[in-house]
Formats: sequence, C-alpha cells, structure tokens
Amino acid sequence: MLIFTILLDGIAYGMVLFIISVGLTVTMGLMRVVNLAHGAFAMLGGYLSSVMIRHYDAPFIGGALIAALVCGALGGLAELTVYRPLYRKGELAQVLLTFGMIFISIASMTLIFGTTPIAESMPKWLEGLVDLGFRTYPTYRLFLIGVGALLALGLYFIIERSLFGARLRASVDDPGMARALGINVNLLFTLTFIGGCALAGFGGAIGAGILPIEPFYALRYLVLFLVVVVIGGLGSFRGSLAAALAVGLIETTGKYLLPQLGSFLLWFIVFGLLLWRPYGLLPPKSAT
Amino acid sequence: MTEPGKTTLAPPFTPPGSGLGALQLRDLWHLAPWLIAIGFYFVGDGFHSFGTNILIMILFTLSLDLALGFAGIITLGHAAFFGAGAYTAGIIAVHMTTDPLVGLLLATLLAGVLGIITGMLILHTQGVAMFMLTLAIASMFYEVANQWRSLTGGDDGLTVPRSAPLLAYFGFAGFRFDFRGMTGYLYTLSVVFLWFLIAWRVVKSPFGRSLDGIRQNPRRMRAIGTPVWWRLVAMYGLSAAMAGTAGALQAHATRLVGLTSLQLELSGIVAVMLVLGGERRLYGAFVGAAFFMIVQDWAAAKNPVYWMFVIGGLLMAVVLFLEGGLMGLVDKIAGLFARKPGQKAGGAK
Repeated sequence: MLIFTILLDGIAYGMVLFIISVGLTVTMGLMRVVNLAHGAFAMLGGYLSSVMIRHYDAPFIGGALIAALVCGALGGLAELTVYRPLYRKGELAQVLLTFGMIFISIASMTLIFGTTPIAESMPKWLEGLVDLGFRTYPTYRLFLIGVGALLALGLYFIIERSLFGARLRASVDDPGMARALGINVNLLFTLTFIGGCALAGFGGAIGAGILPIEPFYALRYLVLFLVVVVIGGLGSFRGSLAAALAVGLIETTGKYLLPQLGSFLLWFIVFGLLLWRPYGLLPPKSAT
Repeated sequence: MTEPGKTTLAPPFTPPGSGLGALQLRDLWHLAPWLIAIGFYFVGDGFHSFGTNILIMILFTLSLDLALGFAGIITLGHAAFFGAGAYTAGIIAVHMTTDPLVGLLLATLLAGVLGIITGMLILHTQGVAMFMLTLAIASMFYEVANQWRSLTGGDDGLTVPRSAPLLAYFGFAGFRFDFRGMTGYLYTLSVVFLWFLIAWRVVKSPFGRSLDGIRQNPRRMRAIGTPVWWRLVAMYGLSAAMAGTAGALQAHATRLVGLTSLQLELSGIVAVMLVLGGERRLYGAFVGAAFFMIVQDWAAAKNPVYWMFVIGGLLMAVVLFLEGGLMGLVDKIAGLFARKPGQKAGGAK
C-alpha cells in the first residue's frame, strides 16, 4: 500500500511542479534567457488567490484563475520592460538580474504579508478523503493530479497540435530560420511568456497546499523549477512533464523510504543525469 | 547560449606591465587598500570583528572573481566550497586540534580537492547545464551537512572552540586570539594578502592569460592547442581552495558554522559583491565586498526587509546601468580627468 501512497503523492507533487515550470521551460528554450525569477510569479499567484479567497470570498478555482490573469498580465509587462534588454546580454547578466528580482520579490512580500507562511485557504470540497475502493486518499491531491493532467492535455493540443504550437516548436528548434520564414518570434515569445507566467500563478495558487506560500518561496523552490526545466530539456514540453513527474516521484520516494538522506537523493540523480545528458532528457534540436 | 563575444560584462582584462622596471608613481595606488586595512587595525576600536568579516568576504569574493570573472565559469554554487572549508575547520577544531593554521591548511586543501574533483566532472559542460550542475553540487553539500548531524550538528550548527594561540611552535608562546578580535584581524589580513599575491601572480601569468582567451572563445583556444578543460579545472580548483580558506577563517572568527555557509543565498550574495565591485579586477572584490558589508550593516540594522530591496535593486542597477561595477565607475570618472590633449584616454598602461 505504501507504493500507492508514494506513487500518488509523487504524481501530485510532480503535477504542481509541472504547472509552475512548464512556462519556464518554453521561455528558456525559446529565448535562451536564464530566468531565475519565474518562481516569483508562482508566489505572487499564491498570495493573490489567498487574498481573493479570504477578503473577497472568491471560490478556490476562481481565486486561482484571477491569480493566473494578474500574473500573466504582469509577466507580459515584465517581458516587455525588464527581460527584453536582457536577451542580448550574456548569461551572467541574466542570472544576476533575475536573482535581483527574487530579492525584490522577497522584500515586497515580506513587507506586505509578513514572514510567516500564509495558511492554506482550502475549500470544503477539497478537504477530507476520497475512497478509492482499495484505500482512501486526500481529495486535494487527487484534485491536483486531475488538474495537472487536464492542463497537460490542453497544452499538448496547443503545443503539438496547433499552428501556434508548430510555430513555437519551430522557433525553439531554430529561431533564426523561424524568423527567416516570417514567424514573428518576438510576439510568439511575449505570448508564451504571458502564458507561462499565468500558468505559474495558477500553479502557485492551487499548489499552495504542497509548496506553502511564503516570502522566500521564489528562492526556496528556484532550484526545483530549474531542475524540471533543465532535466526535461530546454523548450521541451514533453520533457518538462516527464522531468516534473520524475522529480516529484524521486523526492517523495526519498522522503518515505530514505528520510535520513533528505533531498540528497534528488540532487545526486540530477547531478548524474546532467553529466550524462547535459541538454536534458528530450533536448530541442537546436541544442544537439 | 554562449555565443562568442556575447559573454563579456566588464571591459576585457588588460595586463599591466610586469616587472618592477615598469613601476610608476601612479602605481602607488595599489598600496591604498592595504594601507586602509592596516590603518583600520589602529583606529577601528570595537569594530575589529566586523573588519575581520569584511576581509573574509573579500577573500571569498576574490575566489569567485578567479572562477567567474577570469575563467568565465558561471557558478551559483560557490558557497559549497566556502561551507566545505568552514565545516572542515570547525570539525578539526572540535575533534583534532585547535591550532588555527592546521585547520586553515586542511580546509584549504580539502576545498581545493573538492573543487578539482567537481570541476573535472562539470567543466565538460557549458551554459545552463553547467550552471545547474554547480547548483546541484552546492545542494548536495548542503544536504550532507544538514543530514550528517553527528558530525556537523545539522541545522543547530557547529560550535567551534576558541583557537589556540597562533604560531605557538617550538616553545614560542604564540599570538593569543584576544576577545576583541585584534589578533584575528591581523591574522585574517595576512592570509588575505597572501592569497591576493597568489591570485595576482596567477592572473598575470601566461596561464591566467590563456584563461582570458578561454573565457572569450573556448573553441579558438582549443584550436590553437590550449588544453581548455585542464586550465578551467586548475582555475576552478584554485578558486575553490581560496573559498575554502575564507570559510575556515570564518569558522575560526565567528566560532560557529551553520548551514547558512552552504546556502544558495550566500552564493548569490557573493556574486552580488563581485559584480558590484567589478569583475576581473581583483580589487573589485575589495570594493564590492566592503561596500556591500558596510551598507548591509547599516541597512539591516534599520530594517532587514529594506535591506532585501537594497540588494535586489543594486543587482538590477549594476546589470542594467553600471557595467563594470563600482571600479568601472571609478575608471570612467578617472578617465574624464585623465584625458588631456595629445594623450589618449586609457593610455596609462
């Protein structure tokens, strides 16, 4: 029975990571910009939805959707103002600038909400357990798995089955050639950035029960999000889904079976994987 | 990711003339940071332990300048070596000997060896993968220190006993570490000075020059026969050893080693200090670390939240508007005054 717990917990955890990181993987793959501040959008989403639910009596999903809208809008704004000048600069400049944004996000959230993590604002229908027939399992986690699967399916159709997705994948694989064919890569990028930030905000909001919302959120989970992106392969949608689920399962297995190792197991595997495949599990064609 | 010619943030490093024959009066400014540091010993009453901390961070920043500035290895995991040095020094002081030099040397050695081993593994890769590998290494070190409670004290930290007198060999009584930290200050300053001389020698050597080339275009350097990987590994190891020394000095000075010495935050902060001062200048580490520590001390005392705004804002401002950091700014201002008719700007070798 333990194996089911590990499996379900791991998948639920992985789904949250996937929702938050999938936007990052596409934007990092498309523009080759190292964006460390992506987690800040997830954190913002978490705070926003909590405020919506507490002070404006928004329903749980409604709060998360509002958070997604606001995060998407802010993401678009940030892309146009802060990230644009960065593309031409080197990696170091990108790392430093986005690291600076993390500090600012920590400071502003501490200023507004204080340092303690905010309590989850779970609706009634997500509390409690569901009877799966052979065992019971927390409704909230099943909900996360369901939402994650739905989003993954939706993204699959957008990225792998639509014209927009075909253009997007072409631009990830070879931005120069895509431009030459008349694809407006910059516009594509802004749109992807908005979508990615909106997803991050949504993921931060609904995943607050697994990744608690607090001012240091962006810094604390930064490496996890990056791991999903880099292990999956920059710009690879399928890769990020696989990597997110793998990270979730490894972390959960480690916690249940080898608690004395902490997160060491995960880092060790990440380390080995990156040495073996520096461009990730499913790298874009431009990387190889 | 790494397109040639795109990676430079500061102006390329220009080697000054070597040898004493080339010394000019204007080169006397090299004395300034050391005179300030020595002067502080006499006038900085009550602030010696703060001064020691600044010196330690200068050393740590200098080590990052070697790896990130000169060799162009983009790392956000340098705290791994700082922490490794700090824990080694602390564990040696607890279990073996409180002689500070033994702890310092072994910590330096271990950090250097760790740097070489991890460097050999990761320096094949480049770009985001390498950057992630440095993060993964730092995270592994952090988890080891966090979980191996019997040795490291876990999240309680490790309390380090007071160091035995310095150089108490062959019947010599040695220099006792006073509680005001004056001996500690001079001791730290001497270690920093030694490392500075080594760093100076290394970056001005043909070896250092070849790294300059590798940073700008590894492919071309490989094409002309430079063993790129070995050069990077050597520099990474040296940088790690230096960071280990800084960690050991901190363990001895603050007598507490905590998990913060291995955290991502520290790696980030030391990078801030470096770019703030200016990379690839050696002295940039001095300016950046000192400026950062003093502003931090002042701002954090008022309000820690306010301080976070300051770091974040500084970082963004330096990247967007102040390429080359504070030293770059000094250069620009000096360039305005130095420009005389008939003399080329920056002509001062």
